[in-house]
Amino acid sequence: MSLSRIKLLVEKRILMDLSLIITRRIAIGVVTVLVVSLIVFAGTELLPGNVAQAILGPGATPEAIANINARLGLNQPAHIRYIHWFGNLLHGDMGTSLVSGREVSVLISERSSNTFLLAGVTAIVAVPLSIVLGLIASTKPNGLIDKSISAITLTLISIPDFLVAIILVSIFSVHFGWLPALSKIRPDSNFFELARMLVLPVTALSFTIIAHMTRMTRTAVLNELTSPAIEMAILKGVPKYRLLLVHALSNAIAPIINVIALNLAYLISGVVVIEMLFNLNGLGKLMVEAVTNRDIPLVQGCAMLFCAVYVLLNLFADTISIIANPRIRHPK
Amino acid sequence: MNSDNAILQVQDLCIDAIDRHGKTISIVSNINFSVVAGQVISLIGESGSGKTTISLATMGYTHPSCKIRKGKVILQGEDLLSLDLSQVQSKRGSDIAYIAQSAAAAFNRALTIGAQVTEITVLKGLMTRQQANKHAVSLYKQLDLPNPETIGELYPHQVSGGQLQRLMAAMAMMCKPKLLIMDEPTTALDVTTQIEVLQAFKRLIREQNVAAIYVSHDLAVVAQMADDILVLNNGKMVELQSTQNILNSPEKEYTRMLMEAVPQLQLSSTSHQSSTTNIDMQDSDHDDPEERCLTNLLTVSNITATYSSNGTVVLKDVSLKVKMGETIGIIGGSGSGKTTLGRVISGLMPPSKGQIELQGRVLKNTYKQRSLDDLRQIQFVFQMAESALNPRHRIRQILGRPLEFYLSMTGKAAEERIIELLDLVELPANFIDRFPRELSGGQLQRINFARALAAEPKLIICDEITSALDTLVSKAIIELLINLQQCLGIAYIFISHDLSRVAKLADSIAVMRYGEIVEFNSTDKILEPPYHEYTELLLNSIPRLRTGWLEE
Amino acid sequence: MTKMQAKSGPFRDLLQNLTPTAIICLLILIGLILLAILAPWISPHMPTKILTNESYQLSSDTMLLGGDYLGRDMVSRLIYALRITLGVTFIVTVLAFFIGCLMGFLAAVLGGIWDTVLSRVVDALIALPAIMIALIVIGALGSSLPVLIVTLAIIDSTRVFRVARALAMNIVVSDFVEAARVRGEDLKWIMWHEIMPNALGPLAAEFGIRFTYAILFMSALGFLGLGIQPPHADLGLLIRENMQGLLFGSYAPLYPALLISLITISINIFVDWYLQQLDTALPNEF
Repeated sequence: MSLSRIKLLVEKRILMDLSLIITRRIAIGVVTVLVVSLIVFAGTELLPGNVAQAILGPGATPEAIANINARLGLNQPAHIRYIHWFGNLLHGDMGTSLVSGREVSVLISERSSNTFLLAGVTAIVAVPLSIVLGLIASTKPNGLIDKSISAITLTLISIPDFLVAIILVSIFSVHFGWLPALSKIRPDSNFFELARMLVLPVTALSFTIIAHMTRMTRTAVLNELTSPAIEMAILKGVPKYRLLLVHALSNAIAPIINVIALNLAYLISGVVVIEMLFNLNGLGKLMVEAVTNRDIPLVQGCAMLFCAVYVLLNLFADTISIIANPRIRHPK
Repeated sequence: MNSDNAILQVQDLCIDAIDRHGKTISIVSNINFSVVAGQVISLIGESGSGKTTISLATMGYTHPSCKIRKGKVILQGEDLLSLDLSQVQSKRGSDIAYIAQSAAAAFNRALTIGAQVTEITVLKGLMTRQQANKHAVSLYKQLDLPNPETIGELYPHQVSGGQLQRLMAAMAMMCKPKLLIMDEPTTALDVTTQIEVLQAFKRLIREQNVAAIYVSHDLAVVAQMADDILVLNNGKMVELQSTQNILNSPEKEYTRMLMEAVPQLQLSSTSHQSSTTNIDMQDSDHDDPEERCLTNLLTVSNITATYSSNGTVVLKDVSLKVKMGETIGIIGGSGSGKTTLGRVISGLMPPSKGQIELQGRVLKNTYKQRSLDDLRQIQFVFQMAESALNPRHRIRQILGRPLEFYLSMTGKAAEERIIELLDLVELPANFIDRFPRELSGGQLQRINFARALAAEPKLIICDEITSALDTLVSKAIIELLINLQQCLGIAYIFISHDLSRVAKLADSIAVMRYGEIVEFNSTDKILEPPYHEYTELLLNSIPRLRTGWLEE
Repeated sequence: MTKMQAKSGPFRDLLQNLTPTAIICLLILIGLILLAILAPWISPHMPTKILTNESYQLSSDTMLLGGDYLGRDMVSRLIYALRITLGVTFIVTVLAFFIGCLMGFLAAVLGGIWDTVLSRVVDALIALPAIMIALIVIGALGSSLPVLIVTLAIIDSTRVFRVARALAMNIVVSDFVEAARVRGEDLKWIMWHEIMPNALGPLAAEFGIRFTYAILFMSALGFLGLGIQPPHADLGLLIRENMQGLLFGSYAPLYPALLISLITISINIFVDWYLQQLDTALPNEF
């Protein structure tokens, strides 16, 4: 058997192994989404008080209520409704908003661009900054820079994120009047208007994210720096920059990516409060309003979208950390 | 020792350790020695003797929690300790090279082997990448590594331990260093692999004419490798002499103790005799168990065991008998199945075929199914004493639990019995309120053993209980085991990879390889010719305490 | 290596290593807890008593930190809100810990199908952002105290589950657990005597961290108006109520926010110090 033939067989096997692993991860993701959908459905079905009554108001007659129940299909048994609902979901049909009468999917797509804009810009700003800060902090552990960074990040993760927002608003909007306190994003807003409106929300959101990610990057890198392989590299005479960037980072990259994915998922929850505060018309605000109005289909649609993104991000993080492990890429 | 053309000179070296609370403790003091080109000096001592710390210091390096208080490390005329970090870094890897104890931990698992081997040479501009790769391949060939042309493209986890150790040697020799430091490089390896690696190292050292420091606790291995030996105890120099002198006429008492603790096989054949220095121990009389007419305690019949996860067969049709009060030794290399056999007997792992009988009763396959009394009769002692004891329990609780659980003994009676047990294992009674972290490795293993004794079993399975301990401590433990057996009449199954140690203790020995028992006989018969071929291989692999054995 | 120590216990070692920062944080926390417990006796006025018709009055002799938007004394409002915040959060965290630890240990010790099922369920629950779950449940059942407590406890217990399970997994593979098993010990004994004492240290740290997350989360809910309802107020609601005060130059909304931060920062610093003493890190963040 020639060497090249062996190599080919081995590579085939690796691809099979990898695709097996990824498939398994995807399967787990799908199961998770299914379970989540059950929870969402069950949760919203807990909404007491007849929805029909809520729509029609207190003066509703029993016939009118029965009518609406029949029209909305609310009198069918729960499991049938679930199957219908989930089936529709898979087709992209998330039902109709009870309050506005419009298609839920339309409502969501209108608002989602704003949320993704907010989340996206925050991510682009926060991620590189955190990794760099985390690396800087780990070059000289317990040195002056490290201690300062640790102190600041510790403070930031302890503060409620809306506090940061409030302080920013009170300084930059109320006191100085430089930036708007509310973000009324319109489809026709141009780039500069957008930028002005996004500065404060993005900053508020990124503070906490940066704090978390920096701390975790630092932990991951320091963890690597204490390993015997790094000591060996030092004894070999490897210079410090190469130690950090090649030896330590190559092993720390997987946990760091994991951390990034987790934090990006956190963005989804952080978004809700920030959107409420800045009156930004995004998915978070949409969901809060939906809950307040008992708009079941809208609540369900938003919840499913949020958790689908969450699950995807986790899946991504898992897969990356698996692929980054050479043990799996090149089995014995 | 002429120091005119010495590559390395260590003068008055003193190193302190700083613990978490800021206190300084002196761990190494007043070390003086020198090494010339082509000379191998060995630093030998038990753990805590400071040998690794000193060897690292010769590179100008200390663990983060240590500080060099005073002294000089003069490498080719320059005192390393007076240079700043970048200057020292420039010397490391090119003038001084280090071979670590565990190659698996020292190699970065995310980078290819070849990249790591050639890294420093290319970085320092000593060779181009092509030249470095070529040179690396030639070193691989010299070290007898398989597929030398392509082995560099593999990742560390894809090669075996012995190969990795040799690859580390290749990495060290790449820059043609003047000084080579080897820190217990064969400790993690099988006896048979150890031989190959040692021979490869010795060849390399001679050919390249490097000055070498060899750190070890194993006197027999050191006898093969070193020209001179520096004996260390508690960070202080005990004796520094040529190997021949140390072996034949050691001056200091401590050195003598070390020599005596090395188990030497008293073989009755003519071909491999112990040397004239004959430091062998008083073997306990091995009466032929058949003659002693002892009753049968344990019968293991045709045990086959497989790993459920991947179906590999770990034990094939294994049978043996243990009589009351006798000791069976089970010998083998890694992968021989010896530990698995011990686990099957104790019920930690169920066999797929075969059965185990205790005093005529068939034992259930797993510990979950066995009766309390059956569990009590067979006790299991683990290899790593530290992890076998709950760090949050005091000794009182550790020893008291089996008393309470098996014998329903509590209160005053239990406390008295615990003190008795401590006495049996030669530990003071005030240990009763200590935590495991306050005890040394040897003391912990005694507690482990005491816990087994507390159940008043008929059989104790010892799974490599001395493999992680120093030579002196191991010797003491073995003696303890022998004494206790004479007093209490407990049978032992002693699992080990160290044939010479087992021979001292066991009445009969079972030699295992690849999951099968290759030979099972009384100790005397095993150690006299004609040998089974594998037994012969094992016997030949054990380094003898005399020079020149390796070359044979 | 010198291992001889005088009669030592884990607690004694800890006490010897207190740094000044750790002591300060500890004192702050104890002070705040005392403040909360002694609220009825210490508070200058009743929190619901309206003392003046002006909104956002600046600090005076009767109202040391000024008045809120309705003219009530900020100091009293703060003390009682602190009481509610600390009290509710404590109950929530204890409940979360009880559920999470029990499930986590069971999953680790029993393994197999139990572990798989429990882990999948928890994964699914964590897949829904905490805010979502809270919004859904509160939207359905309202913001009564029991609902809040149970919902938050369940949400938090999933995170505790992960940490407890990871800790227990590490411990379960130790030799001494196997030694206990082969001795014949049953499940209850192993969980309580072998695993728990070793997990206690990191779990205590996790308790502190969970506590801070619970406070921040409750405050966020209060800020959204979905938490504890008036006339009772927790610190989050206090911020929401007095938001407009910023425009009038009042610091009313900042006091509760700073108080929250004081609690969480102190806990975090203390836990950091504590973890350094343990020389470990928690297996799972978030």
